[in-house]
Amino acid sequence: MSKFKKKASTSQDIPTASLPDIIFMLLFFFMVTTVLRESDILVEQKIPAAKELNKLERKSLVSYIYIGKPKKSDMGAEPRIQINDRLVQPTDIQKFVNEEKDKLTEVERDQITMALKIDREVKMGIVVDVQQELKEVNARKILYSATKRIDL
Amino acid sequence: MAKSKNRKVDIPSASLADIAFLLLIFFLVTTTIASDKGIALLLPPKPDPNQPPPDITKNQRNIFKVNVNSSDRILVEDEPLQDISKIREMVKDFVLNFGKQDQENQDLINSLSAVQRNFVLSQGRKPDSSDSPSDAVVSYKTDRGTSYEIYLGILDEIMGAYDEIYGERVGLTAEEFRNLDKSDPAQNDVYSRAREGIPRNVSIAEPTKIGE
Repeated sequence: MSKFKKKASTSQDIPTASLPDIIFMLLFFFMVTTVLRESDILVEQKIPAAKELNKLERKSLVSYIYIGKPKKSDMGAEPRIQINDRLVQPTDIQKFVNEEKDKLTEVERDQITMALKIDREVKMGIVVDVQQELKEVNARKILYSATKRIDL
Repeated sequence: MAKSKNRKVDIPSASLADIAFLLLIFFLVTTTIASDKGIALLLPPKPDPNQPPPDITKNQRNIFKVNVNSSDRILVEDEPLQDISKIREMVKDFVLNFGKQDQENQDLINSLSAVQRNFVLSQGRKPDSSDSPSDAVVSYKTDRGTSYEIYLGILDEIMGAYDEIYGERVGLTAEEFRNLDKSDPAQNDVYSRAREGIPRNVSIAEPTKIGE
């Protein structure tokens, strides 16, 4: 009987003491490489890819304009322009640019760059309208945001 | 009395992982990886209503026309094109053409790199292409119905062609040329040397109203 009853009563515990360390490492990675989002993006943003990318020189002199189809269908199916956190019409762009310029000093006003983050499925019509308004306000430095394309 | 005074006390650290997971999920949800790169462009100034529009006195051979219509069909120099990647080479050949023979052009040819000079001397003297890089203009026209992706793709190729010309001139790749830091005097010097005599004449024309 002793042959059957004696069971080796061992149990294996996977040592999980290092789990917090792994998670903290991931956490530090994300804390270092990401930026807190300033505003919710209300439009679809599938940014196209390109090879010839310029870096932004000074982040403080950049204002963002987002163009795309609204994510929620109750705001329409046509591509819209988003500035800060509202959807606007092309005519509102001039006011926005002047507001942004007022936040800067005199010297920096001409160096303001408009970063256009445009969804790849947008047609040129609305892009041209935005560019026209930017020309009117003399905000001529623009950057078409793009991700890096790697040709294999 | 042999009580276990040597008993070690452990702080229970099982919840440490939970706290860390919560923080991680918070950061994953509220942050984005900022990608602030793209294709830079300087828009033309607003046309002054008082001044008459400038006369187009350029010879047709000095203008390299790229047109895209609302169905995303591409016409380069009035000929259809399927492969966008060919535009880069075509623009480079167009810009580095010296149709006019004069002293100014000769100085410019001498300032190019050896590879570029060989190219110009062997096939860069076509009289039906541009007179010189400073006269060469790339005219890019789209319709309102053209897709933005095609527009950016072709603009990418045109800018890439110019960046490659500048880069080859001073022995850098296009990317290294773009990453030159203009606030550093030595790099700024390289940058001006690369661009001298060859202005980046890219004209984005007003689109036609078809296809909105």
